[in-house]
Amino acid sequence: MKIREQGTGNREQEWPRARSEEVVSPRLISLSLLFVFLVLALAGCHGSVGRTDFQVPGAFDESRHFEITFWAKNDTNKTQTDIYKRAIADFEALYPNITVSLKLYTDYGRIYNDVITNISTDTTPNVCITYPDHIATYLTGDNVVVPLDGLMDDARYGLGGSEVRYDGPAKDEIIPRFLEECAFGGHTYALPYMRSTEAMYINKTFVEALGYELPDVLTWDFVWEVSEAAAKKDADGIYPVNGQKVMIPFIYKSTDNMMIQMLRQLGAGYSTDAGEVLLLNDTTTGLLAEIAAHAKSGAFSTFKISSYPANFLNAGQCIFAVDSTAGATWMGSQAPLLDIAPENIVQFETAVRPVPQFDPAHPQMISQGPSVCVFNKKDPQEVLASWLFVQYLLTNDVQIAYSETEGYVPVTSKARETEEYQGYLNSDAGDALHYPVKLAAARLLLANTENTFTTPVFNGSASLRDAAGQLIESVVKSVRRRQTVDDAFIEKLYGDISSLYRLNQISGRAGMTSGGDLGPLPAGSKALLIALAAVWALLGAFAARNWLKNKKKQ
Amino acid sequence: MKKLFAAILVLALALCACAFAEEVPAVMTYAEYAAADISEGDVPVTIEAYVQAHQSWWEDQITVYAADQDGAYFIYNMACSEADAEKLVPGTKIRVTGYKTEWSGEVEIADGTFEFVEADPFIAEPVDVTELLGKDELIEKMNQLVVFKGMTVEPSKIEGDDTEYAFLYNWDGSGQEGANNDLYFNVSKDGVTYTFTVESYLCGEGTEVYEAVKALNVGDVVDLEGFLYWYNGANPHITSVIVGE
Repeated sequence: MKIREQGTGNREQEWPRARSEEVVSPRLISLSLLFVFLVLALAGCHGSVGRTDFQVPGAFDESRHFEITFWAKNDTNKTQTDIYKRAIADFEALYPNITVSLKLYTDYGRIYNDVITNISTDTTPNVCITYPDHIATYLTGDNVVVPLDGLMDDARYGLGGSEVRYDGPAKDEIIPRFLEECAFGGHTYALPYMRSTEAMYINKTFVEALGYELPDVLTWDFVWEVSEAAAKKDADGIYPVNGQKVMIPFIYKSTDNMMIQMLRQLGAGYSTDAGEVLLLNDTTTGLLAEIAAHAKSGAFSTFKISSYPANFLNAGQCIFAVDSTAGATWMGSQAPLLDIAPENIVQFETAVRPVPQFDPAHPQMISQGPSVCVFNKKDPQEVLASWLFVQYLLTNDVQIAYSETEGYVPVTSKARETEEYQGYLNSDAGDALHYPVKLAAARLLLANTENTFTTPVFNGSASLRDAAGQLIESVVKSVRRRQTVDDAFIEKLYGDISSLYRLNQISGRAGMTSGGDLGPLPAGSKALLIALAAVWALLGAFAARNWLKNKKKQ
Repeated sequence: MKKLFAAILVLALALCACAFAEEVPAVMTYAEYAAADISEGDVPVTIEAYVQAHQSWWEDQITVYAADQDGAYFIYNMACSEADAEKLVPGTKIRVTGYKTEWSGEVEIADGTFEFVEADPFIAEPVDVTELLGKDELIEKMNQLVVFKGMTVEPSKIEGDDTEYAFLYNWDGSGQEGANNDLYFNVSKDGVTYTFTVESYLCGEGTEVYEAVKALNVGDVVDLEGFLYWYNGANPHITSVIVGE
């Protein structure tokens, strides 16, 4: 049973899901970051040494015992937590001097908030499942996250290194596109752990009953047209297509992804690589107008407003359900995981397709899924121990087992090419492990890896993503409340969203955390630093004079 | 002349004041609230009710279980400062303006704002709905403080594990102690088994009910009290467990 979660981010949109009001608040982020800055600044004033750049030790110290913490996210999925536990046990058997302590989360937003809180107290975990967007925020602290470039390339302890005690992947065996997603500001700050994309889960039976043939790649026009046809009621308020009083033909789970993908497919602005916000543009306005029209006719809604797409799909109350491929085990009449009463399930044929496209000849879809980063510590040996564990998560056993829990795909060619994984992927056993919808979702991503994209990562990119989704949520909600969605409404909405998510400030600080050269200090800053140095020098001189005076008296 | 001028001025000011004054929505009775039809979309509502409990405050929002003498309300993520959240003690009367809506079967007030109303406190008595379990009439008690008496704890299972648990951390056992996960447990009455929840944001780890559920054994006969939350069917948020003799 899935229930609403409080205060979670909606980054990945896998189970369990969070509603619109539960995004990580920009205010919280700002306050947290302010706190981090203050603590770091005060610590600096008192002369304590901050975290220094991590240098790979010459050798791993096996005479010492290391306890490392791993904050992991699962999709409220027992099998996934078991895989984490088994991975830890297997790793500890290989490295008896390392103990891994697992802390489980069910959403990325909680991990993000907890990490930000713990940066200020220097109690971050050693290893953490995360998103590059979040790392960009973590990097506002000094040397908080370890750049992995040196570790990956280390001949002894790096990827495929000579001293590594397991058969991990070499660097070129990590799918390059996924590794690139973890690099920004000239450094690689994470390793990909799992990857997914969004898929459209379709009640093919209903589409055909409405007189349409399902194409291999659906256009937005096709989806809107079929949805409008399905949204028509008879005089008794019954939808002919399903014979029920409830039908929401098209439900989108993650509206931030929806807006991002629509803009990308149209070549419209979202943000620059440097962090300039382009979201609030004419194309966005046009898209919102169209979405509002379909919401008004009852053809479209969102998870945050209506509920889980899977529940409506499986009850025969939805035709097009867009959700993560990592939610595939909940989709369809025969789904291994169900969240509605058995008597409410309707039998239908489930088809899996890429998300709708504006140009089906050149499909584009979001790449998502967890990555894993290493936090810096004073003891480089502790960091090395963490790194050894992170690499272990990319071994075939872990990659294949975890990917099989949902419509994820392994991030290494090494795992993908194994007989075991290929056998799984092409199985027609039809049991829960080999649920056809899940396998179709995984195959969809494997076939479209080169068609995936991610959005630029910068300090504030997580907030911009939330803003993109909130535009759609606000429009659909307003339509449901019989408010007029016109130019004046959109203008006010842009103002509200810009203010709530601090979009102007994001643009203002663009590139701040991407590790790029920030250029010379402003003259004012230089003057302030010189003045501070002068004050300290005077204080020192004063103290020295007093000390000499006292000494003379004695 | 001066008097006339003054009168005109006062009138003009009064008209201006009326024009700019915020429209104060009429407070609905519970019956009016219940009758507000949301089948074609959300409906603006204003109600007055008494706080019965609330979930943990989060980022200027709070989810409140409220009631008056006639019925109950679930107020989801109401705008609320942290300082005001501390004043939302059980019994406190509030006026809430928001939208009546529905999510997965739960009828609630969303996007609400509120103000305190001076009044004597009111705490609703729990309604015994044991006999309504499995019946359609149960939905009429949605969001109320209810009690289920003489329920027997049934085993919960984790997939791939033959152990019989009295409760699970998270719905499928994927949670763990110390993570403040929701607790799920099965209870039966007259041969029919139901799943109940300890919602951790309402009664988290360390609260009496959370620890009481952790101490349950399969076969225990219990009385259960809580708010009748709805999620594709009854999904009570349990606030009290009393193990029978």
